[in-house]
Amino acid sequence: MALADACNFSQSFSNFAAIPTALGPQDGLSDFQNALQSSENFTIPQNYDPVRDMKTLVDGDKDVKIEFDHGTTTLAFKFKHGVIVAVDSRATAGPYIASQTVKKVIEINPYLLGTMAGGAADCSYWERVLAKQCRIHELRNKERISVAAASKLLANIVYNYKGMGLSMGTMICGWDKRGPGLYYVDSDGTRLTNDMFSVGSGSTYAYGVLDSGYNYDMSVEDAYQLGERAIYHATHRDAYSGGTVNMYHMKETGWIKVSANNVLDLHYKYAEEKKQ
Amino acid sequence: MECLIGIKGKDFVIVASDTISARSIVSMKQDHDKMFKLSDKIVMACSGESGDTVQFAEYISKNIQLYKMRNGYELSPRAAANFTRRNLAEYLRSRTPYQVNMLIGGYDETDGPSLFYMDYLAALIEAPFAAHGYGSFFVLSLLDRYYRDDVTQEGAIKLLHQCIDEVQKRFIVNLPTFKVRCINKDGITDLPDLRAGKQ
Repeated sequence: MALADACNFSQSFSNFAAIPTALGPQDGLSDFQNALQSSENFTIPQNYDPVRDMKTLVDGDKDVKIEFDHGTTTLAFKFKHGVIVAVDSRATAGPYIASQTVKKVIEINPYLLGTMAGGAADCSYWERVLAKQCRIHELRNKERISVAAASKLLANIVYNYKGMGLSMGTMICGWDKRGPGLYYVDSDGTRLTNDMFSVGSGSTYAYGVLDSGYNYDMSVEDAYQLGERAIYHATHRDAYSGGTVNMYHMKETGWIKVSANNVLDLHYKYAEEKKQ
Repeated sequence: MECLIGIKGKDFVIVASDTISARSIVSMKQDHDKMFKLSDKIVMACSGESGDTVQFAEYISKNIQLYKMRNGYELSPRAAANFTRRNLAEYLRSRTPYQVNMLIGGYDETDGPSLFYMDYLAALIEAPFAAHGYGSFFVLSLLDRYYRDDVTQEGAIKLLHQCIDEVQKRFIVNLPTFKVRCINKDGITDLPDLRAGKQ
């Protein structure tokens, strides 16, 4: 009991599943207490508009300027043997390459993967919140959460913050009772399912390669080749994508990491193959 | 860029919606169903701001289903449309308005078939035919010209096909397939998807 008291457990228990309400986090004292206890519920100062107030730092002529990480190429597709997830690894801040070694696939749990496009902080934070909610679901219901439910959980969370400046385009990939699952969720609150998605500034290039080489009944090896190539060609044309191609394969037994190849190595490999 | 079309006949109403889900310049899904079942004989087709459409439509449809459970009888299409309008109007005057346009088609034992047009400003109009989106600029004149109130279901499908062909021919955005549902005394039936060109 002492530990529970020290952790404020009895109080926080009632707020256990405190997903923010539709009317938003600015509803007064009860939400302020909520926010202290549950990290997915933010309180915001009165008269603070994140979109308007960030604008002066992003577009203004002031000396203080923030340029957010935006450019990316991520893709995922379903096929006979599961889901392939492939992403680049470049982070840019304006024209500057901030990192070439970003992990854009977020490992939510052994049966769920999320991808990162848009704001890196928004994606990693909210997908971590999602991981927590998925684990809670597992403990409460004694079974794994479905991909549909997990993606809807995320979509509902970000929808509550619509218009407040969140920026994320993510794919939730997994395997559940219904087989392989693939959902696209973005900060508009959109949630779609399909056999194939690509997100980010390089997505148009990736779609081109993907659409031309895709076949639902393709072999595992062909799928790996296609995923890697689609990201490579996107990094070749899109200045905001690059680094290494990280690829994952979602199987019935959970995900495995397939490869992490530098796009430069791939470039010369493909050039060599073309000569023959 | 989305397009919804509705046509009412003597004993049925047909609602059709395009199936494209687009983000920016990319079409991300080609078989997106934009229609929601409000009850056994009411369908709502929804377009507008992404996120809002699904959230609002699910909120309305679940509340209409809840009404049936609590009271043991269903809302009529007219009642459902007015319930939807009131909710949309109240949210319009809040900090978080839903930017959603919709067509509501339903069949009632006493009132017969009905079709309602509603935009994001919560303007509700009952109409013999209606259309939403850029597509409406191409389609409404066709419907004005060829619609008859004694149109049969086959005639309505043919008219709808004519509309879809016109959208495909003159509208710059690619909307090749439309999902079609018919509501009559027997409930809601899914009709085969309509594709431009093929009769």
